[in-house]
Amino acid sequence: MSTPNKTVKSPARSGRSLVILTVILLGLIVTTFIQGASSVRLGLDLRGGTSVTLQPRASNDANKITSEAIDQAVTIIRQRVNSLGVAESEVTAQGSGTNRQIVISVPGDSGRRVVDLVGQTAELRFRQVLAETAGVASPTDTSTAATPAGGVNDDIGNRFAALDCSIAANLEGTGADSPTDTIIACSRDGGTKYILGPAEVLGQQVSSAEAGYDPSQGLAWYVSLAFDGDGTKAFGAITSRVTTLESPLNQVAIVLDGLVVSAPRINEAIPSGNAQITGSFSQLEAQDLANVLKYGALPLAFDRGEVQQVSPTLGADQLNAGLLAGFLGLGLVVIYSLLYYRGLGLVTVGSLAIAGALVYLLFLVLGATIGFTLTLAGIAGAIVAIGVTADSFIVFFERIRDEAREGRSLRSAVDSGWLKARHTILVADAVSLIAAVLLYFFAVGGVRGFAFTLGLTTLVDLVVVFLFTKPIVTILAGVKFFSSGHRLSGLSPKSIGMKITKTATTLEA
Amino acid sequence: MSKLSGLGGRLYSGETSFDFIGQRRRWYSISAIFILASIGALVIQGLHLGIEFKGGSSYTVNKSGISVEEARASVAGVEIEGEIIVQKIGDSKVRIQTGALTSTQSKAVEAALTQTFNVAIESIDTQLVGPSWGKEITKKALYGLFAFLIVIMLFLAMAFEPKMAIAAIVAVVHDVFITVGIYALVGFDVTPATIIGFLTILGYSLYDTVVVFDKVRENTKSVAAVGKYTYSQAANLAVNQTIVRSANTSLIALLPVGSILFVGAGLLGAGTLKDLSLALFIGLAVGTYSSIFIAPPFLASLREKEPVMQALAKRVAARGSAATGTVDSANPRPTIQPSVNRGPRNQPKRKGRK
Repeated sequence: MSTPNKTVKSPARSGRSLVILTVILLGLIVTTFIQGASSVRLGLDLRGGTSVTLQPRASNDANKITSEAIDQAVTIIRQRVNSLGVAESEVTAQGSGTNRQIVISVPGDSGRRVVDLVGQTAELRFRQVLAETAGVASPTDTSTAATPAGGVNDDIGNRFAALDCSIAANLEGTGADSPTDTIIACSRDGGTKYILGPAEVLGQQVSSAEAGYDPSQGLAWYVSLAFDGDGTKAFGAITSRVTTLESPLNQVAIVLDGLVVSAPRINEAIPSGNAQITGSFSQLEAQDLANVLKYGALPLAFDRGEVQQVSPTLGADQLNAGLLAGFLGLGLVVIYSLLYYRGLGLVTVGSLAIAGALVYLLFLVLGATIGFTLTLAGIAGAIVAIGVTADSFIVFFERIRDEAREGRSLRSAVDSGWLKARHTILVADAVSLIAAVLLYFFAVGGVRGFAFTLGLTTLVDLVVVFLFTKPIVTILAGVKFFSSGHRLSGLSPKSIGMKITKTATTLEA
Repeated sequence: MSKLSGLGGRLYSGETSFDFIGQRRRWYSISAIFILASIGALVIQGLHLGIEFKGGSSYTVNKSGISVEEARASVAGVEIEGEIIVQKIGDSKVRIQTGALTSTQSKAVEAALTQTFNVAIESIDTQLVGPSWGKEITKKALYGLFAFLIVIMLFLAMAFEPKMAIAAIVAVVHDVFITVGIYALVGFDVTPATIIGFLTILGYSLYDTVVVFDKVRENTKSVAAVGKYTYSQAANLAVNQTIVRSANTSLIALLPVGSILFVGAGLLGAGTLKDLSLALFIGLAVGTYSSIFIAPPFLASLREKEPVMQALAKRVAARGSAATGTVDSANPRPTIQPSVNRGPRNQPKRKGRK
């Protein structure tokens, strides 16, 4: 440890530090005004909303999880979410390479729609119906259930007979049907089951989709499709081929993610390249389906990793609780430092106030620039940081007292105490920062918010200790109230436990 | 308060001294018992993992005057395998937790709840976690923990001494075991928020240890050259000198954490704030203990094995018995007097210095 600098330079340097701090504060304030950021962006857990984490899954050999596929999926999901028209919705991929999750957050009440909308693979296929029957398992009469047609072997016939569409698991859209196979499928409502031929028209041959309403048929919402060139030809071919066949072979099933949406009877060939999907849709369902088809199928299937829906009431509750805990914690720390450190405690209070102002301004600026949102975990991180920040002051103050116990004057105790405390504070804050950075990179979701605020507040702590606490203490050391060891200054010989010498006793009196 | 800081002064000068290092076997035994108990609790009872880790669904209905029985009856109509946990949270909330559900089942549960309690579907707070996702989260948490330990060890080895890094990590691992053990024993829920709190505590415990070690390093820098104290005695003085600060920082860290716990558990009932602050609260206590009773004694054990330090211990013992005849390795208190006969504190002072 080097010998303490002579104190001559200190006051001037302290003044400079305070000027730098003022410039930083003013700079941040001006930035917030320029950005027009007036309030901290709150996370969904504080204002209500839905967040969905999707985990990519390779559903069959055709789609492997690649980085490009995930990027493409993000784009498609973003288009779907934007079609809802909810402001401040976000779609991001977290993680790296192929080990990425897609995180969708949508504020407000529309959450339940979002969950259905984003996870859907939306693989649309048109297949010829080979057999149709009620959706329950019929183990006894396999022969009559299916009217065997070309391409249906016994294996499929048996599986078809065993298929029970009243089981919920069979009604999950999987998007796993292979286009070239003959498949068995349930209808969406579970009432009917089908054997279907290979896909003849695919979703990617759809050029546009729109929701429509036909008042002549009661409350009937439908989705109308227009095919591209190939699609038009293929659709014309399948429709002209099946019209002459007998039921159920004259039906074409519209299959979405492995479930039959509808299986209309084709009365005449449709060469125009237009089709309609009907099937007791509500208005929202029809619109969502049209959007999903318009933006295309996802290149991957996704599992819902996590779905979290927070009502605005709970959000407000959590925000209030977080703020209350923050003020309570801050208040207790302030009271404690005033009781224990007396006059020096005021420096703690001032430092915490500066740190608080810096953190708040940074929240505003980062919210506007990099889209930082404050979550409940983030608030907790900031509250915990109050303790860490106050720690730095304690380390510093105790060091000053140690030096004073060695018999130094206050002014030289501040300088030599600072030199020693600085090392401790730097190492300890580095540990905090490492923890924050690692947490940020290893974690997903809420944990990241916590790590970010913890890291940010640790940096702010360093700035405040170097540019405010130290300079202020140096300046105060020159003030008689402190340098004389006044009983309320927190540096009286009695309170630091020095042997009371004659001089000290007279000061006490 | 001023009594406490007066004590700080006596501890600093060595007038009052607690023998932390000399009695290390006692602390080691206490910790060993705790760690064994923790392992036992972990093996027998296991951790009570939240749905985030094992997969599952949680529905919170927000309406005053609803009972657990009503909620249970309402959900019973839906076909769900596995256990259903229904809890009352605060005055006006009921939380229903189930195993992992398909989205159809989930919709059925929501429909049943909206019907029974006549609430809007938007006012039900839900959380659905797929089973594979839970594994993913667990994996990430473990990776984070190991990466943290390795990086911190390297960092401390650079910032201090390799043996300090080892002692600090031993203390941290000790904290991990005991905190996990407490969670297993009491059966607190382990959620991602718990893990966050936990990792923060590791950082915090290290922070405490860093401060103590910084003083140890200062006191022991020239200990072999001076030849007055053994490494253990010098380290013990450092612990005594920093103990007031440790007590202070722990207390000041506990104040905000305590208020989060109070608000989180008392007002919100359950969730992120409670889980986080509970982990912090337990961890802080364990971390403070280990930064005083485990890390410095362990460091001293490591250093005392070095030939230089053993030679030093012999020299000090020889000199001590020659001079006073009272040095007792179990109770070296009387000989610790830093800055006796040196330093400005022994000069006449303060007179006319204002």
